[in-house]
Amino acid sequence: MEDILLLDSIERYLTNAMLPEEKAYFEQLRKDTPEIDQMVVEHKLFLQQMDAYTGHRNLKHFLHESHARLLEKGDINEDGVVRTKGKLVQFYHKYKKVTAIAASIAGFTALTISVLVAYLTPSVNKSQIQQLNGAIDQIKKVQQIQNKKISELNSSIPKDVKVISSGTAFLIDNKGYLVTNAHVLKGSGAIVVNNKGQEFIAKIVNIDQTRDLAILKIDDNTYKPSGSLPYSIKKGNIELGEELYTLGYPKDEIVYNMGYLSAESGFDGDTASCQISLSANPGNSGGPVFNKNGEIVGILSTRQTSAEGVVFAIKAKGIYKMIDELKKSDSTLQKIKVPANNSSLKGIDRVKQIQQVEDYVFLVKAYNQQ
Amino acid sequence: MPPKNFLKIFLLPFWVTFTPHLILKVVFKVRSDSNEQLLLKGLANNDAKAIDTIYKDNFNVVQAFVLNNNGSYDEARDVFQEAVIALYEKSKDESFVLTCQIRTYLFSISRRLWLRRLSQIGRHSAQIDGLEDTIPVEEDMEIHEKRNAEFSMMDRAFNSLGEPCKSILESYYIQKKDMTEIAQSFGYTNSDNAKNQKYKCLMRLKKLFFAQYNIGE
Repeated sequence: MEDILLLDSIERYLTNAMLPEEKAYFEQLRKDTPEIDQMVVEHKLFLQQMDAYTGHRNLKHFLHESHARLLEKGDINEDGVVRTKGKLVQFYHKYKKVTAIAASIAGFTALTISVLVAYLTPSVNKSQIQQLNGAIDQIKKVQQIQNKKISELNSSIPKDVKVISSGTAFLIDNKGYLVTNAHVLKGSGAIVVNNKGQEFIAKIVNIDQTRDLAILKIDDNTYKPSGSLPYSIKKGNIELGEELYTLGYPKDEIVYNMGYLSAESGFDGDTASCQISLSANPGNSGGPVFNKNGEIVGILSTRQTSAEGVVFAIKAKGIYKMIDELKKSDSTLQKIKVPANNSSLKGIDRVKQIQQVEDYVFLVKAYNQQ
Repeated sequence: MPPKNFLKIFLLPFWVTFTPHLILKVVFKVRSDSNEQLLLKGLANNDAKAIDTIYKDNFNVVQAFVLNNNGSYDEARDVFQEAVIALYEKSKDESFVLTCQIRTYLFSISRRLWLRRLSQIGRHSAQIDGLEDTIPVEEDMEIHEKRNAEFSMMDRAFNSLGEPCKSILESYYIQKKDMTEIAQSFGYTNSDNAKNQKYKCLMRLKKLFFAQYNIGE
């Protein structure tokens, strides 16, 4: 019972419910008896805890109410669909203002600067430059007209035809017989051009698709047979590793390339051809392959697309075989004499060899009548 | 063109673009700051309107975070409410000034709470962070944990008290009812008897509470 009375006093003291005299008395009591003082402190702490507890509990209650209320109003929701936006959308929403401002600043600055540049740039030079341009244009036009006239005068290509493929050919007989690849002669007719740019009309004598070889004959009065061919065409085999070179027309100008025999058989083990390591381009087809003595040992025909620098050449033996077969069937070809062993190039250096040989290597343009 | 003029023309677009923006920003910041202080005050006084506003403005972000990180709707609600309670505890302190936005504070606390809960129950998730700002809240978390522990001590003490003690004490200390009112509703003949009963109950509650409190200490 005294405990209860004491508790009551402490509580009234702590809540300031005591009368002044009572309070003074109690404070004196507190001073005199440490137990009571301790009880007061303890109770004070407890009441604080109670207060905190009360606040906490009430807030929990309010929060629940708030939650229910907002849920009902639809300000928040808890239905099955997760209504969160994707990262990108969140990003967009967060930075759209910044982006818009940045973009407009950038736009404005760019505009201002370009206006300033346009305004400040000295504008005197412009007309001068343009005049110069005009002059160049005029010169160009004149050139074009001249070029046209020149080509009208000189071109042996019949009009209204279309060149569909080009390649390389070389003389095997100074009477005007040339060898090239069958695949070069895709069209109905052909002309040949020598390294000086002279064009001659050529007649297709024979196309051997299986060997991929063809014979052309220059059929043009402007062609003057030169002396005997400087090179010979070699029947024998080529040795592995032997140094080889070729001349051809991958562009309108004669091009030299050098390599070596890398395999004695050609694509897929074809023994009629051989493999050469050399860089070649479309247009090299039909070009002669020379050894270091200036003897023709093959005709460049194809390259492997899957590997760099691997090309195939038909062995020169194939020319002899084809001509032998032709001679049997066509008496007009009896006259063809392939130079077998009178190469005059042996022992002279490469540059001199080429100088002598290049006149006998021709650009072939095959065309189709339209 | 004289260089002075040139400079003026060059700087004009920047002035035009930036200045109004900066002014607006400052004005809005001041306004939103005072708004936030009002909200905090409201929260400290358990003002329903303030609580609703805080709830409405911040719940969705926290909910999205919890849901995206392996949580349920109920868990999202619990986490958010706990964060509000942490903010409430801070706002009770007179000297407290919030150094960041309410939104940032609530999100940071919620995020910490949820990540901790995830690791406690061993439900890990590849953490998806939104693009919300966060602030370090470790210290606040510790204070909050302590408060939480005290709260559950008191809660346990209350719950093991038994009736009618629990109801009487709740009526007096939590609902702040008058002693005569309590006497009437509980059927005591006079308020002194009710008071006696209340003190008996209080002594038991104190005993129960301090038993845990001292162990806890």
